[in-house]
Amino acid sequence: MASATLTPGAALGSQRVSEDVRYYEDVIRLFTIAAVFWGVVGFLAGTFIALQLAFPALNLGLEWTSFGRLRPVHTSAVIFAFGGNVLFATSLYVVQRTCRQFLFGGEGLAKFIFWNYQIFIVLAALSYVLGYTQGKEYAEPEWILDLYLTVIWVLYAVSYIGTVMTRKESHIYVANWFFMAFILTVAILHLGNNVNWPVSLFGMKSYTFVSGVQSAMVQWWYGHNAVGFFLTAGFLGIMYYFVPKRAERPVYSYRLSIVHFWTLIFLYIWAGPHHLHYTALPDWAQTLGMTFSVMLWMPSWGGMINGIMTLSGAWDKLRTDPVLRFLVTSVAFYGMSTFEGPLMSVKPVNALSHYTDWTVGHVHSGALGWVAFVSFGAIYYLVPVLWKRAQLYSMRLVSYHFWTATIGIVLYITAMWVSGIMQGLMWRAYDNLGFLQYSFVETVAAMHPFYVIRALGGVLFVVGSLIMVYNLWRTAKGDVRIEKPYVTAPHKAAVGAA
Amino acid sequence: MANKPEKDALSGVETTGHEWDGLRELNNPLPKWWLYIFYVTIAWSLVYYVFYPAWPLGTTYTKGVLGWSQREEIVEKLAEAKAAQGKFLTAIAAKSVDEIQKDKELLAFAMAGGRTMFNENCAACHGAGGQGAKGFPALADDVWLWGGTTADIYQTIRHGIRADDAETRGVVGIGMTAFGRDGILDRTQIDQVAEYILSLNGKPSDATKAAAGKTVYEENCVACHGEKAEGSLAADLTDIGAPPLITANWIWGGDKASLVETITNGRAGVMPNWAARLEDTTIKQLAVYVHNLGGGK
Repeated sequence: MASATLTPGAALGSQRVSEDVRYYEDVIRLFTIAAVFWGVVGFLAGTFIALQLAFPALNLGLEWTSFGRLRPVHTSAVIFAFGGNVLFATSLYVVQRTCRQFLFGGEGLAKFIFWNYQIFIVLAALSYVLGYTQGKEYAEPEWILDLYLTVIWVLYAVSYIGTVMTRKESHIYVANWFFMAFILTVAILHLGNNVNWPVSLFGMKSYTFVSGVQSAMVQWWYGHNAVGFFLTAGFLGIMYYFVPKRAERPVYSYRLSIVHFWTLIFLYIWAGPHHLHYTALPDWAQTLGMTFSVMLWMPSWGGMINGIMTLSGAWDKLRTDPVLRFLVTSVAFYGMSTFEGPLMSVKPVNALSHYTDWTVGHVHSGALGWVAFVSFGAIYYLVPVLWKRAQLYSMRLVSYHFWTATIGIVLYITAMWVSGIMQGLMWRAYDNLGFLQYSFVETVAAMHPFYVIRALGGVLFVVGSLIMVYNLWRTAKGDVRIEKPYVTAPHKAAVGAA
Repeated sequence: MANKPEKDALSGVETTGHEWDGLRELNNPLPKWWLYIFYVTIAWSLVYYVFYPAWPLGTTYTKGVLGWSQREEIVEKLAEAKAAQGKFLTAIAAKSVDEIQKDKELLAFAMAGGRTMFNENCAACHGAGGQGAKGFPALADDVWLWGGTTADIYQTIRHGIRADDAETRGVVGIGMTAFGRDGILDRTQIDQVAEYILSLNGKPSDATKAAAGKTVYEENCVACHGEKAEGSLAADLTDIGAPPLITANWIWGGDKASLVETITNGRAGVMPNWAARLEDTTIKQLAVYVHNLGGGK
């Protein structure tokens, strides 16, 4: 069966459409640089506002630097600027290779998308700082910027789907299903949630077309699926390319990838009402939101199983390859968050967790552990390939980044678990005469130490990302650090067992 | 390029025969435990739909066999909670704040309830321990601008001070005269009287100015703040709202700049009329609590 055995590593050589034509990589490099840049900006902004929560004096008494205006700068920077650029870079890289086709519309279109997306990010951030907002979480940009983003997104869809439609492979690789689901659904979500009436033609202000609980429901249909399709489906696309690539192993199960893709896509879109438990939202809608979230548990875990089991037969690489460690740990965090999510959507649990820091901790175990880690893994894979270097400047530095960031995440999410559950319990504590035991301000005071720990976690995450920047910069320059290599021979016990 | 299934040497599982950029897929079946848990979550959801409100039907929805409703549940729970406190609330409604203070059981209840309501409604201005803040009088000391008996405190919480309420004390928008802004005193006189007040408090002051300030004080300030500057502490000045000027606990600040600002522009602090927002039994509990903060008369 020698001819039928897969040959690890051979895949790395297939960077050409034919022998002498290269894929478009200039624009991928641009998106990668932008992703790293916005990542650091977003992590710094997050750490700063975490410190503001612990030490309110850091609001500086200025409207432009107040928590209320900087918080959307942080969320947009990490989700749309960092996450968005990672998705552009990886999806446009992956689609060319797995379709054996150049980008539809040429590299000019891709570069047009790149520059306009960066301009959009800067304009959106400026508008928040200056006080313009729709007041919709993760959809803060006002109507004129929404229109601008729509144009950019349609061009992205044309470039991406056009490439898939003109592919030279007969089948569409699973990563591309996820990327397409992400692109199409985000387009629908963006349009659906931004149906607004501008107050005037030349003013920024607008109001939503629907009002009251309908507006809230539309917002959380959007908000939850921004998580579901931007931060989950899109990043599963990344996982499905970079994990098997880095592990040099085939994807664990084709059948599982099909079943979990369609169940995930179908179920996710209905789960939004769990953000509105115990509100004016009708009971029946809350029930549907909860049950669809619970049914979503296994479809989400399908991605985790396929990611982790792809390593079967290659587990030893986790010891020697910190880049693979980032990728696999991200999948583990994905599994944890997608268990915690359905749990929190169950109404009695939600009664405790809703509006508390527990939610913030949950979001960040997904955002830092899953989204950022899978991105770091992909970026560490991509940079040597894109800059034509044989290897990264330093694998040791990747490992230091990994541990610094991991400890940061652990501090962050454990602080928020403790703080959130404590907060929820304090809110509902009654004395034996039937009076609330704690006033709101007492709960705020009790959370202070955990806010400090959370900010410390953020600082570690930022430090880790700066280690990455240094490592990538030296890699791009072509430097190689002289360091003790990770063990490359099998462990003695493993040899003995074999 | 592989176009037919091959066997993966490591796992012995066949691939699907597709390949993209060197990536292949194994043809492993769905993990059984995965599939069964998925089915269980679906079954659980279906059962839930039988019992609880679930599916929209045009203008109505499936109600579920339990007939449960979030709104009815909260109404019931509120009624339950109210009933549990009913014995106390009925007694409090029937009694004056003074009488409540004398009943050991009611006092304990009112102190517990008053603490909660104080922290939720009053602490933002008067401080969590009633220590006060700039512009907001301390409630834990024995200086009372409008009287410190239980009846006075009850009246102040209900109808406020300078509030939009027929029974409020003080007049909306009118408090201490703006001696400077209204041209009653010139800058020199304000400077002098401020020095005089500093001297009364034993703070460093200009003796010449203070002596001149004494005259200004006697001509302009005595009516409200009293001859000895003891303000509302004087027996005949308890219902004017003028604070003592010999004090360690200034409402608007006791340094020179604050004094000049106060004399120039006047002051007219406002306390809301809480009868418009809180139930009478709640206000009685608050009056008990505030009275017991430390300074009640």
